[in-house]
Amino acid sequence: MTTTPTRTRRPQKATHREGRRHSRPAARRRNWAGGLAGWLWLAVVAVPLYWTLITSLKDRSRYYASNPLVPSSDPTLENYRLVIESDFLRYFANSVVVTVGAVLPAVVFSFMAAYAIVRGWRMRALRAMNGLFLMGLAIPLQATVIPVYLIIIKLHLYDSLPALILPSIAFAIPLSVLVLANFIRDVPKELFDSMRVDGATEWTTLWRLAAPLTRPAVLTVTVFNALTIWNGFLLPLVLTQSPDRRTLPLALWTFQGQYGVNVPAVLAAVVLTTLPVLALYAFGRRQLLSGLTAGFSR
Amino acid sequence: MSSLIGLPRRREPRSILPWLAAPALLVFVGFAVVPLVGVFALSFTTWDGIGAIRPSGLTSWRAVLTDPGLPHALWVTFLVMAVSWVVQTPLSILLGTFLAGRQRYRAVLGVVYFVPLMLSSAAIAIAYEALLDPNFGLGAGLGIQTLSQDWLGRPGLAFGVVVFVVSWQFIPFHSLIYQGGVQQIPKSLYEAAQLDGAGRIRQFFGITLPQLKHTVITSSTLMVVGSLTFFDLIFVLTEGGPGDATRVLALDMYKRGFQAGLMGPASAIAVILVLVGLALALLLRRLGGRDAGASQLEGA
Repeated sequence: MTTTPTRTRRPQKATHREGRRHSRPAARRRNWAGGLAGWLWLAVVAVPLYWTLITSLKDRSRYYASNPLVPSSDPTLENYRLVIESDFLRYFANSVVVTVGAVLPAVVFSFMAAYAIVRGWRMRALRAMNGLFLMGLAIPLQATVIPVYLIIIKLHLYDSLPALILPSIAFAIPLSVLVLANFIRDVPKELFDSMRVDGATEWTTLWRLAAPLTRPAVLTVTVFNALTIWNGFLLPLVLTQSPDRRTLPLALWTFQGQYGVNVPAVLAAVVLTTLPVLALYAFGRRQLLSGLTAGFSR
Repeated sequence: MSSLIGLPRRREPRSILPWLAAPALLVFVGFAVVPLVGVFALSFTTWDGIGAIRPSGLTSWRAVLTDPGLPHALWVTFLVMAVSWVVQTPLSILLGTFLAGRQRYRAVLGVVYFVPLMLSSAAIAIAYEALLDPNFGLGAGLGIQTLSQDWLGRPGLAFGVVVFVVSWQFIPFHSLIYQGGVQQIPKSLYEAAQLDGAGRIRQFFGITLPQLKHTVITSSTLMVVGSLTFFDLIFVLTEGGPGDATRVLALDMYKRGFQAGLMGPASAIAVILVLVGLALALLLRRLGGRDAGASQLEGA
């Protein structure tokens, strides 16, 4: 996986070298303030992460006596065993169900809506809907949580995984529609026209033309929504109650309440819950990062 | 569905477009628009979260508006917003400019910088709670007095910790935005400045900063409106404490509603939260002009 970014970056690097030789002033390279900030920030970010990781591998009894920044000479996975035995596999499964269950419909629905908005811009109803979604971007999720709780109770979904899925879809829609519409708008109009000449319906055009051509944007939106929903805390806190409905962030919090004094175990839980996301980060860093800023760069 | 439409007449295919939009609209109306109207309606009722909902006129509003807790929560929310803006913006610009350079090692540092973006607020808060523990945390382990204070037990310190952890979590994101902004500045501007003999610092203040104006507004909008939604982090880290030192609006709403069973007043707080959010978004939009479409992430 690491070869892909390297390969794509190489041309940039070459042009840059060229640019520096000819046009880039020498003074611009000596950005000491930026450099200082850069290395300092590295320490600020890395030290807590490093401390969390090494402490999670320490034996509980020896943890208090040891130097906190020196890794244990005799690392143990005992803390991880305790975490996994505390039902974390179930919480992991719950998180997967909620994330997949919400992200798939959210992206498909958003894509369909974005397509309709771009292709049907002449229709007042679709423009109005676009306005509604834009306004939705300014609604803070917390502010609507009380009525959402009421609706979920009325639907007899309280304390179930669908209770988490439905509002998550709703809140993923505005940003997804905005980003996807931006990209669908970039598809050359002639392509749509030629599809129509060939007799394709909007439905086929949507899946055969628009979807393949905007694949990177779809991936980006998927990743962003998945991350947001995976890390969500408020909805599980308010909409579920039984231990076996917990998703990872909520389980982490209750685990801390139970084992608070056992610092290495709590930190092992932190590491375990973040491991899947970090694996994804190692795997598709560029997609993740572009996913995070999508919609702002345009 | 496509088979039903048949021959490609000009009008016919377009008519399915509203249907394509229907599922998204349905879910969004059901779980975002209705709740938004609902929270307004609920602010005129009395409800404990379990029993029956009874209309009660302005009782909740009167209770909320006369409670000294509200101005306090507004003040704390504003302070968190302002202080974290002041801390995050210069650092993000500096780091963004730094990352925009093409040196290899900067890209490598970038890999580490963005890790906090992947973590849940709950995980971050829990790790910091352990790290800052006055007896068993990092400072105590190293035996450094100044680092082993009761960080979360004293109001001023706890507030500082909240701002620090917020910055730790979100500076990477804003650096990423600024990195993109800096990379879009035309190189010719720097060449011209170079010919005029402007040094590194004058180039930064004369070219980089003014050229980043729109990026600053985008980033600030996200920062300011986003700060209204710091719930998870503060809830797990301090639960609004010690006392009510870090009790921001969102937390105030949760505690009144779901812990004290006062859903009416909590809904009134939620309405205030929505209004503050919209007002800030509009204000920054006015400042922003063309970047108006960028007040995006606050809902996400």
